[in-house]
Amino acid sequence: MLIFEHSRKNRRNYSQAPSTRPAKNNIPDNLKRKTAPLLPEVSEMDTVRHYTRLSQKNFSIDTEFYPLGSCTMKYNPRACNSLAMLPQFLSRHPLAPEDTGQGFLACMYELQEILKDVTGMSAVSLTSMAGAQGELIGITMIRAYHEARGDTERTEIIIPDAAHGTNPATAVMCGYKVIEIPTDRDGDVDMEALKAAVGPRTAGLMLTNPSTLGVFEKKVAEMSRIVHEAGGLLYYDGANLNAVLGKVKPGDMGFDVIHMNLHKTFSTPHGGGGPGAAPVGVADCLLPYLPIPIVAYEQGVYRWLTEKDRPQSIGRLSAHMGNAGVLLRAYIYVRLLGAEGMFRISEYATLNANYLMAELRKLGFEIAYPNRRASHEFIVTMKEIKDKTGVTAMNLAKRLLDKGFHAPTTYFPLLVPECLLIEPAETESKETLDRFVVAMKEILDEIATQPDMVKSAPHDMPLRKIDDVKAARELDLVWNPAG
Amino acid sequence: MPFIPHTEEDVAEMLASIGAKSIDELFDEIPAELKTGKLTQVPVGLSEMEISRLMHGRAQKDGFYLSFIGAGAYEHHIPAAVWQITTRGEFYSSYTPYQAEASQGTLQLLYEYQTMMASLNGMDVSNASLYDGASALAEAALMAVRQHRTSRRILIPQTVHPIYRSVTRTIVRNQNIEVVEIPFDPATGQVAIDKLDQFAQEEFAALVIPQPNFFGVLEQVDALTDWAHGKQSLAIAVVNPTSLAMLKPPGEWGQRGADIAVGEGQPLGIPLSSGGPYFGFMACKQELVRQMPGRIIGRTTDLEGKEGFALTLQAREQHIRRSKATSNICTNQGLMVTAATIYMSLIGPEGLYRVAAQSHANTLALVEQLEKLPGVKKVFGSPFFHEAALQLSVPADKVLNSLKAQGVLGGVLLENYYPDLKNTLLVCATETKTAEDIGKYVEMLRLALAASA
Repeated sequence: MLIFEHSRKNRRNYSQAPSTRPAKNNIPDNLKRKTAPLLPEVSEMDTVRHYTRLSQKNFSIDTEFYPLGSCTMKYNPRACNSLAMLPQFLSRHPLAPEDTGQGFLACMYELQEILKDVTGMSAVSLTSMAGAQGELIGITMIRAYHEARGDTERTEIIIPDAAHGTNPATAVMCGYKVIEIPTDRDGDVDMEALKAAVGPRTAGLMLTNPSTLGVFEKKVAEMSRIVHEAGGLLYYDGANLNAVLGKVKPGDMGFDVIHMNLHKTFSTPHGGGGPGAAPVGVADCLLPYLPIPIVAYEQGVYRWLTEKDRPQSIGRLSAHMGNAGVLLRAYIYVRLLGAEGMFRISEYATLNANYLMAELRKLGFEIAYPNRRASHEFIVTMKEIKDKTGVTAMNLAKRLLDKGFHAPTTYFPLLVPECLLIEPAETESKETLDRFVVAMKEILDEIATQPDMVKSAPHDMPLRKIDDVKAARELDLVWNPAG
Repeated sequence: MPFIPHTEEDVAEMLASIGAKSIDELFDEIPAELKTGKLTQVPVGLSEMEISRLMHGRAQKDGFYLSFIGAGAYEHHIPAAVWQITTRGEFYSSYTPYQAEASQGTLQLLYEYQTMMASLNGMDVSNASLYDGASALAEAALMAVRQHRTSRRILIPQTVHPIYRSVTRTIVRNQNIEVVEIPFDPATGQVAIDKLDQFAQEEFAALVIPQPNFFGVLEQVDALTDWAHGKQSLAIAVVNPTSLAMLKPPGEWGQRGADIAVGEGQPLGIPLSSGGPYFGFMACKQELVRQMPGRIIGRTTDLEGKEGFALTLQAREQHIRRSKATSNICTNQGLMVTAATIYMSLIGPEGLYRVAAQSHANTLALVEQLEKLPGVKKVFGSPFFHEAALQLSVPADKVLNSLKAQGVLGGVLLENYYPDLKNTLLVCATETKTAEDIGKYVEMLRLALAASA
């Protein structure tokens, strides 16, 4: 039932809004609204019940194992939320003077310094509100760098075929042509294809390392050399930073610009699809172009660096300073973990992934890159199972829901057929992983004995399989009271 | 180990299953010369008690102020239930609803949000949110250029939030889209309609129309919308969602209504929190839906015909179309939309009207009383919603400093954005300000003016 269907005309919550309509009103008649908007008229209790019930229809980290590959669904510590929501932080206006926000700015400055250290970059800007925006900033800076040198012939960005869809979409948004390069049999970028692709038109290369195939690009140093020698710059998509945090720094791998998804590696909540935060780090060559605002610490005082301090900056990407509250959560998380905790993130994320990969392999699942270590994630391909039984990766994913597990990422990366990208994250216990293995074993047995049942999953969820073809064909995007 | 549950026994068993001697061995594919591992700027870990003390200390240092600042982010009362429900783990710690059957809560909520947002704007459809108001305007500009096909120019009045203009330029410049600015009439604070004539012969993909504008002033939206349509440009509305309870919605502007409406969603139950996270909203006419960026939710059915919800029109999106997507946007601001949807449900149409009307009335009262002070002058003669520009006869930065010393944040200095508007404050009094608060501001300003005179 929709919230609108609970609505009754003139039902109101008297404590929530001003008690009367004020007498003063200077809005000219021709600018006044004539009919009230379609907002529900429901009691506070009905609202609370309705949305509490809706919440219960979600899988979440707090309720289920959520091994969604490339999303790093780790536990979101409660302290990060409650301390970021202290009333002084919540009530602070973004345009309030800097001297009224020194406590907040101290957290932001320290977060910048910490992120510089863990990534090996020269400077960090916190403004980006999501991974895709971080990419946009990074590629815009690469463009600014070439333009400042009068190097206007560079019109191409090279992107491996395993990359997230945001990479090519970003390059196009920045006015570049995308040159896609293939992956070799072991899951590494095809070096010959890279060599053939670089040239005087190369503006840069976007790379995720470890890649979305769940393996570390061993030849990253050579790739860096090839791209740099051709005059291009290297962009690091930090989506998988969780796998190598404290082990290897993007700056040391030769990257000129990176973004880090704090909603992955630094455990800020995914919130049903945002808000994220994706600070951008740069090497010296891109320093002048870093987006503003940036926090500076001078003579014992924190202040914002703006257009005046950074005339070559690519500019602003948000109305204020990005997702400040998310950044506070990340700051609290880092302080809870400390330096030693940074290493443990990647160590235990990698341990969990390799353990799960080993156990699933023992069950007979086909691992896409069997000769490689898993990073913090790995790929199972269902191709052979599908060829034999007709059961697809999506069928298995839906059957997992029946068994109380969120599904892994399906059909991404696109180059592995019938794939499941599985990322357990370091916060899961061995028992949870073992329960998941048991569920996968049960499904394997079900595929052998009753494949049609698996194909028609889910069975035990509140809804059966959703018809998304109908959703796209018969568009119904807003509720209409007339029906 | 913080947030890592493994016992030594677990680790030993897991390594045995993998066939590795140590955790370190799992990193053996990383070339040795790349391994760094030294961190110098990350302090040692704190306990929850220690970090709690640190953060409470920093919060107390920042303290509380009686604030009359608006300028794109507004203090409104947020009902207690909004964030108690929003931070339930099932909303807080879930992800983008790719697996529809396991995400019906988030999906239905987003569908309800789309319905509320479309109706508030008088539009046919809404997406499930963008990052913030500024980036939503940039996305609307890109959308207009895609739709228009021949023009790569956007007209933006200088009465649009200066940072929105700046963000839009940053984002669209990459695609060689030109932003052309229209000056405002210094007497009215509105878009100078007579200045539009100079653009009569030029082609533009869209005209951006703010309501209220950055000065709080109400624009002549009907005439502007019709002017845009008269030259085959789209009309992009930038609106404050609270104001829409009182003001004619973009879908009803002029003869045909605006084509796209965007804005900052923060006033709908989102705390100010130093500027974010907020959310941007975007609503549009049905015929533009396939050009819209961001997530969109559709109502459909399951195998057995039961009502359900799913992400739809995904063929627009980066994870399907890659380089041919309408935008690179992936996540939106889901949790903020959750809060806004609960806010709009709790407050209802009459409640939102009263919040808007009281904010309007409070600002009228504040301006009326301040104008009576010697040395204070209202800058623009037009009607306004809940903000107004006031010029002082003395240096305004000093006045703001002396107010701040008394715990009052007296507004934003417009000179920072409009060099010609010297010693001018942009002030705002929402429904959160009482008659006493307004009286306090007036008295403080009187004293500050007297001291500087």
